[in-house]
Amino acid sequence: MDLQYAQHWLNDILNEVSTQFQKVPGSAIFLRYVKSSYQNDPVRSAVELFLVLFAIRYLLSPKYSTQKKSYVTLSDEEIDELVDDWTPEPLVAPQTQFEEAENEKRPIIVGPTGPKSKLSNGRTVTNLASYNFYNLVGNETLKEKAIQVLRTYGVGPCSPPGFYGTQDVHIKTEADIAAHLGAPACIMYAQAFSTISSVIPAFSKRGDIIVADKAVNYAIRKGIQISRSTVRWYEHNDLEDMERVLGKVVREQSKKPLTRRFIVTEGLFENVGDMLDLPKTIELKLKYKFRLILDETWSFGVLGRTGRGITEHQNVDAAEVDMIVGSLAGPLCAGGGFCAGSDEIVEHQRISAAAYTFSAALPAMLATTASEVLSMLESNPEMLTSVRDNIKTMWAQLDPRSDWIYCTSSAENPIMILALKLEVVLGRKLSMADQEQLLQEVVDETLANGVMITRVKSMPRAINATSKDVGWELQPALKVCITSGLSRKEIERAGITIRHAVTKIMTRKR
Amino acid sequence: MSRKPLNPFASTYQPSPTTTTYDEKYEMPRRASSPRVKKFANFFSTSPKSKSETQTATAALLAAASAQQQFLLNTPSSQISSPSLSLPTISLSTARADSANMDEPPTTLFQPPSPAEARRIAKAHAQFGPLGHPTHRYTSRHQGGAFPEPVMDEPPYWYLLTTYLSYLILIVFGHVRDYFGKRFRKHDYRHLQAHDGYAALNSDFDNFYVRRLKMRINDCFARPVTGVPGRYITLIDRKSDDHNLHFKLTGTTTETLNMSSYNYLGFAQSQGPCADYVEEIIKKYGLTVGSTRGDVGTTDLHVDVEELIARFVGKQSAMVFSMGFGTNATAFPALIGKGCLVISDELNHASIRFGARLSGAMIEMFRHNDVKDLERLLREVISQGQPRTHRPWKRILVVVEGLYSMEGTMCNLPGIVALKKKYKFNLFVDEAHSIGALGPKGKGVCDYFGINPADVDILMGTLTKSFGANGGYIAGDKAIIDKLRVSNAGSLYGESPAPALLAQISASLRIIAGEFVPGQGEERLQRLAFNSRYLRLGLKRLGFIVYGHDDSPIIPVLLYNPAKMPAFSHEMLKRKISVVVVGYPATPLVSSRARFCVSASHTKDDLDRLLEACDEIGNVLQLKFSSGIAGGAEPLPEGVTPEMEKEWKRAEKNGVQGEITYQPPRWKLDDVLKRGVQDVKAPLR
Ligand SMILES: Cc1ncc(COP(=O)(O)O)c(C=O)c1O
Repeated sequence: MDLQYAQHWLNDILNEVSTQFQKVPGSAIFLRYVKSSYQNDPVRSAVELFLVLFAIRYLLSPKYSTQKKSYVTLSDEEIDELVDDWTPEPLVAPQTQFEEAENEKRPIIVGPTGPKSKLSNGRTVTNLASYNFYNLVGNETLKEKAIQVLRTYGVGPCSPPGFYGTQDVHIKTEADIAAHLGAPACIMYAQAFSTISSVIPAFSKRGDIIVADKAVNYAIRKGIQISRSTVRWYEHNDLEDMERVLGKVVREQSKKPLTRRFIVTEGLFENVGDMLDLPKTIELKLKYKFRLILDETWSFGVLGRTGRGITEHQNVDAAEVDMIVGSLAGPLCAGGGFCAGSDEIVEHQRISAAAYTFSAALPAMLATTASEVLSMLESNPEMLTSVRDNIKTMWAQLDPRSDWIYCTSSAENPIMILALKLEVVLGRKLSMADQEQLLQEVVDETLANGVMITRVKSMPRAINATSKDVGWELQPALKVCITSGLSRKEIERAGITIRHAVTKIMTRKR
Repeated sequence: MSRKPLNPFASTYQPSPTTTTYDEKYEMPRRASSPRVKKFANFFSTSPKSKSETQTATAALLAAASAQQQFLLNTPSSQISSPSLSLPTISLSTARADSANMDEPPTTLFQPPSPAEARRIAKAHAQFGPLGHPTHRYTSRHQGGAFPEPVMDEPPYWYLLTTYLSYLILIVFGHVRDYFGKRFRKHDYRHLQAHDGYAALNSDFDNFYVRRLKMRINDCFARPVTGVPGRYITLIDRKSDDHNLHFKLTGTTTETLNMSSYNYLGFAQSQGPCADYVEEIIKKYGLTVGSTRGDVGTTDLHVDVEELIARFVGKQSAMVFSMGFGTNATAFPALIGKGCLVISDELNHASIRFGARLSGAMIEMFRHNDVKDLERLLREVISQGQPRTHRPWKRILVVVEGLYSMEGTMCNLPGIVALKKKYKFNLFVDEAHSIGALGPKGKGVCDYFGINPADVDILMGTLTKSFGANGGYIAGDKAIIDKLRVSNAGSLYGESPAPALLAQISASLRIIAGEFVPGQGEERLQRLAFNSRYLRLGLKRLGFIVYGHDDSPIIPVLLYNPAKMPAFSHEMLKRKISVVVVGYPATPLVSSRARFCVSASHTKDDLDRLLEACDEIGNVLQLKFSSGIAGGAEPLPEGVTPEMEKEWKRAEKNGVQGEITYQPPRWKLDDVLKRGVQDVKAPLR
């Protein structure tokens, strides 16, 4: 009985469905289509059926959007009205007075950059602002070699490295850098500034942990930001604090699945100028099982007997550092940046570091120049000692003798960062902006006396950032770059000029 | 402040003949401080240059004679004295029927040039081919009317099905190999597994694609090259004994036709006016300026190039950077931030996404090049305001590219500019590929569509492609650029562009603008436009599915099945043509493709050679599956104009109602070559 009843019921339902189906406009066409296409092309029907099923599944699956919760339904007229009402802010905020002055006063060099540079106002000044430590900008051998490369390779490689942009010179320079450092492998980027911002996110992802020094440079900050990793900061160059933070991270994470952990810091700090204690850092990294990403942008080509960087200076095997990132543009006077590490680390970057994969390769002549400079550094370490002598001379003129400023750089750093002494800042209640203003005046005054120096530029703030987004702020400072292209006498004289300019500005009656 | 632009291109400028010689004996400096270096030193000693040294004078003579014969064949008698022979520093044959060179005695042609001269000419032509015929030119310009959406053709389902199946098989195989590999070859997987308390550096899952799919065809990527990436590119041969894990250089090289570099205007040259100027500037300025733009890295060269670029793109001010990627990565954080919205085309370049993410602004995407979808999105976001708070957006920045490097599509600028007037957003156009490559004067998409550059707020571009240098620029109103100079991290911390690059940019810009070597810039632009259309039309007629707009020099040919990528690449390499193949994840999973980048340095013969190769390979690999909806149709009979086409088709079908049907185009190669030149000048069909 029951069975019959069920059959009846099923029949009714099917009948109902089929009449409903025929009522739907276009159903006849659909049927005809299915029939004919099935006859001609069964595979096609199968594919279509599959697609339909997939589409249904897709449509029924929950929306992967979390933002649309507070969606307000509006009519077209209301939308038009809202569109009419909306007035965007101008694309950029107006310049401040300070910014305007900076644009106006920025020196323009006419002709080559050298220890003495000619400016667009016609004056020739002593240049202590360019990273021309070994006076290589005007080096005739380098120029000649570069011209030979120009005549064989042209200028740009016109392709990213993954698509026919890798030239033999790149392979060779990468090998040279790795050999110089004593690292297993190396990868070259087309711009030093963009290098570390891409290296960090190539390895550290969401959920991974980065422990970083509070004073790291802008490029590292951006790399950390884009990696979306969890970041913990420790006090600048305070390895005890680093240990504390590392220990805390390990404790916090002990219950969770293992994630990648990195320490990110600099060899010579770009904004402060002081030096890392690498052996101690390595000890901590091994103890807590972190990997070390070391930014040697300002120490590669500078520290050590032959300019191998902080590893040579502090007698550490470069292979102990997981990734060494450096610049070929600064001290080496060529162009581009690099990251050295194990083969796996380098090969991984070739497909997943954005600034490498999605950008054209470095021009051949800049790559060969970098190689050339490295071999010069290896074969004449005197280049480095003569700069160091000049650094000493300049220190003697500034740090102990000035009542107003002190040098925060390490004694080997040819970039001398000079900040206002704490007692001056506190005594006069100088805000960051006041300090910047004063130091800019010092720069102007020094230039008026024939010596060109510059300032550490404060890091640009994110647009519309609230005050709580602004973390560590760097202290405004002067930046004096020493070069071996000047004699001891000239350095001394320049030092006196700087010191006097500082005194003049600081003692001036308001 | 002296702002006198340094102009080496005054009419009296004559590059001295010595600057064009180059030292063939130049060898890479060798250092043998480690075994790794030795490997490379070894390789360098067998470099192609030392090979060419051993070339005998007779061989050179033969080459010269055949070059001349070729020249005679290609050149009608009225242009007998091409400047490529009479004016050694200009490698283009700009001679036209009315050119002054006509008066020169034609006898010079029949004296075989000296071996050195012949070698020099052969080298110049390997970088930039001579114009075959004066008709091989076209002007890149939007022909008016609504900008058409490119028709997306699709292959028969069979190919889609097999594509999915192929991936399925690859994935299954990959997992099987992993399963056994992880048990029997533990060492190879060490870096993917946690060890000694360190988490794996790359995750097993993320690495799967690279390890199991890309590795199979790794020999098609990152092929090392040497020399100038001009019309031809010299590949350094390599082989692998361990399934592409490592490559060994075999010590030989292969010269191939270069369909891969972004050398749109053919400025990748090691001789000629650009290179001469670069040499002069290196001699004068050295190789670097050793500073950032924010500090003291601004020289008169920078000021000059920035003025040139601003003038070229039609904006008040411009600023240059040493890297195109870095330009985008730093531009966005200086323009927008919290409370702002970026609306980005879904296929925008990684650098744009990188920059937009850094800025902290919200990011929304619209369907690729779909103005309707953009409008829908704009209405939604403006009316809804910021999420949760519903506060109005501070500003909205719409970001598009001028020419998309994987699709070959141009942005629909007229449509977007019309929306901009209504919806008041700011517009950022990345002209990385379009600057120099589009428009009657090479000034990019604005030029192409005849749109006032003032309608676009920010014009960004790279100097890496059309100009043969490296770097990027941003152009805009003076107030905007001045603000960016003090607030943009790229100018505060990024290294300043090197003098040699600036020289290359300034020389190439002046050539394009016709200030220097008048006629050459125009020839480059028009040859590029002709070549682009010629190749595209040819491929469509042969039956390939080709994406993108007609005037785009980027021509993707669809392959679909993953196995066809390496096959296509290898077959092309056998025929000495280097092409780029791309697949997932750079493209959607199914639409793997090969991409041709056309250059002004290619001649029609080069493109014919490519078409012939495509024809053969297309037959073998079954790549001709276009349905005809996207063009490549038979020419219309005499007397039927394109406007009458619909009518005519209907008439031909004797009034039978229904859809117009399309014949799949499968032209014979000969017909393609025969009709190409004349049909390129009409709207492509
Ligand atoms: C749209 C777009 N923007 C920016 C870039 C980056 O330019 P560059 O290679 O000069 O770094 C590219 C290069 O591929 C690009 O296609």
